[in-house]
Amino acid sequence: MKIIVAIKQVPERDAQIRIDAAGKWIEESGLQYALNESDAYALEEALQLKEKHGGEVVVLTAGPERVGPTIREALAKGADRAIHIDCADLNKLDALGVARLLAAAVKPENPDLVLTGLQSDDLGQGQTGVILAELLSLPHSTLILHVDKTDAGLTVKRELEEGWFQTIELPAPAVLTIQSGGNKLRYATLMGIKRAKTKEVRVVTAAELAVDAAPVVVLERVALPQKQKSTQMLTGSPKEAAAALVEKLKFEARVL
Amino acid sequence: MSGILVVIEERDGHVSRASWEAIAAGQKLATLAGQPMNAVVLGAKTEQSAAEVASKALAKVVRIEHPLLAAYTADGFTLALQQFFAAEKPDYVVFPHTYQVRDYTPKLATRLGQALIGDVTAIADGPVFTRQLMQGRLNGSYRPTGSGPCFVSVQAGAFRADEAQSGSAQITVFTPAIELAQIRTRPSERFRGAAQTVDLGAAQRIVGVGRGIKDAANLPLVQELATALGAELGASRPICDFGWLAMERQIGSSGQTIAPKLYIALGISGAIQHLVGIKGSQCVVAINKDPDAPIFEAADYGIVGDLMEVVPALTEAVKAAQ
Ligand SMILES: Cc1cc2nc3c(=O)[nH]c(=O)nc-3n(C[C@H](O)[C@H](O)[C@H](O)COP(=O)(O)OP(=O)(O)OC[C@H]3O[C@@H](n4cnc5c(N)ncnc54)[C@H](O)[C@@H]3O)c2cc1C
Repeated sequence: MKIIVAIKQVPERDAQIRIDAAGKWIEESGLQYALNESDAYALEEALQLKEKHGGEVVVLTAGPERVGPTIREALAKGADRAIHIDCADLNKLDALGVARLLAAAVKPENPDLVLTGLQSDDLGQGQTGVILAELLSLPHSTLILHVDKTDAGLTVKRELEEGWFQTIELPAPAVLTIQSGGNKLRYATLMGIKRAKTKEVRVVTAAELAVDAAPVVVLERVALPQKQKSTQMLTGSPKEAAAALVEKLKFEARVL
Repeated sequence: MSGILVVIEERDGHVSRASWEAIAAGQKLATLAGQPMNAVVLGAKTEQSAAEVASKALAKVVRIEHPLLAAYTADGFTLALQQFFAAEKPDYVVFPHTYQVRDYTPKLATRLGQALIGDVTAIADGPVFTRQLMQGRLNGSYRPTGSGPCFVSVQAGAFRADEAQSGSAQITVFTPAIELAQIRTRPSERFRGAAQTVDLGAAQRIVGVGRGIKDAANLPLVQELATALGAELGASRPICDFGWLAMERQIGSSGQTIAPKLYIALGISGAIQHLVGIKGSQCVVAINKDPDAPIFEAADYGIVGDLMEVVPALTEAVKAAQ
């Protein structure tokens, strides 16, 4: 099975987020980055499928030079090689533009399966995998927790709302977006980290892929959400704040 | 037709709450754009839900009916709506942001060379659409610049279902041409996960723990607080994903919906998927080290601090007050 996993590098969870001077995006200098969480689950699913059925796992990412360590991390965990679409102004593209770049890189690879995380932790659009499927004329399914390869294609477990699930059968090749929690994530071993250094990372520029990436949706402005609720903040030492909270819960909210 | 079109989601003949909210959002957009508004219901039998929808202030409700739309599939819904749009040419299409909508609308938009503006929380003149970035820590304003219909899905709870204005709409039927061979996925019936042994929905007090707990080894700290309060333990999704607590303790859109008297969120950032599950809580307390965490916006009381210090102090204070 040849599996392509589309991954994204996003700001680390606990990173201090500041809005940039133009108010159009976040200040990227000094920011720490990490592999997007659901993409890590997509990679894990791909690695487990490869362990079961053999084949190759190729990671694909679009982003500026800083994505290098995230690619190496995926290779260290067990991906066989990587394709890096070098694209400095990713945040100027819309979801369609990014997916067009990814699709152009996927096409010549003729994979048996394409996986992505179900959404990115920064923009949170949750569209890349679905658009990719349409651009590649492949069937797809989203919010997938488990993938089984069958003779006829694939059987997947799809999450629905409020604790419901569904099984879906679909032919391969297909595109699946992976939800978190289906597997336990592996760590890179020392050996894996060493091996990753020698694995192939092919860099292609966005220009070489020659796709029309003119946006049809533009992010005009980024702002802090306005506070609407007057939350009572309890201050002081942990002990003082805790005592004050218990007072409030007992005599004001009357829930103790 | 042009104008605003709202795509309704229904189950077993009943319109979902999220769809009423989408109608309210559509009416807002219709007022801003000065355009008429219509709605569609897709399925194999849509009579009942179309009649429900027709009680709102809409020009027209269209039943897009076909036996192959009985069960939702991305291929079926995309084909049906694509054909309908070709005939009716809406300027804006509004959806509720549900799992189903996430599954097919990006595909539908792509087919028309457009991109969905998803999970929208506000609509302003322009129109300009607001959606959350960075898991609710920032807002982004989006403007459509394409030439085709503009696709928008609205976040659960962002528009008020009871603000959807009443009226009486004409009902028509549209029959798309779909063949079985065009539908590539075969969905099963829905099923539940493993049997539930805790019913968080009925609990009066709940302590919810999030990724701020850092390590499963720190869970006893939170358990002690729950015990002192006589509360059940709940969690955000990552805690259940990691296997630190059972799936059935997950609170949120893909877990349980709670309505306790008291909910205390510890080290939970307040992503929308968590917040939709706690809306029914009478009193919400948030303890988080980040003063800008979105969870505070949903809280009645807040403490900014390290939960490793605040939680033991709170456990003591609760015990002392009893
Ligand atoms: C389709 C879909 C469905 C989902 N369903 C659900 C769902 O049902 N339920 C759900 O919860 N999530 C769900 N999620 C995930 C959701 O988007 C968030 O990723 C998740 O809720 C974040 O969990 P968290 O708040 O525990 O973690 P984080 O977002 O990482 O937040 C951790 C918080 O802890 C704080 N913190 C860190 N250290 C400390 C400390 N020492 N003391 C105090 N505070 C500290 C941080 O400031 C931060 O605010 C879903 C996502 C998707 C895409």
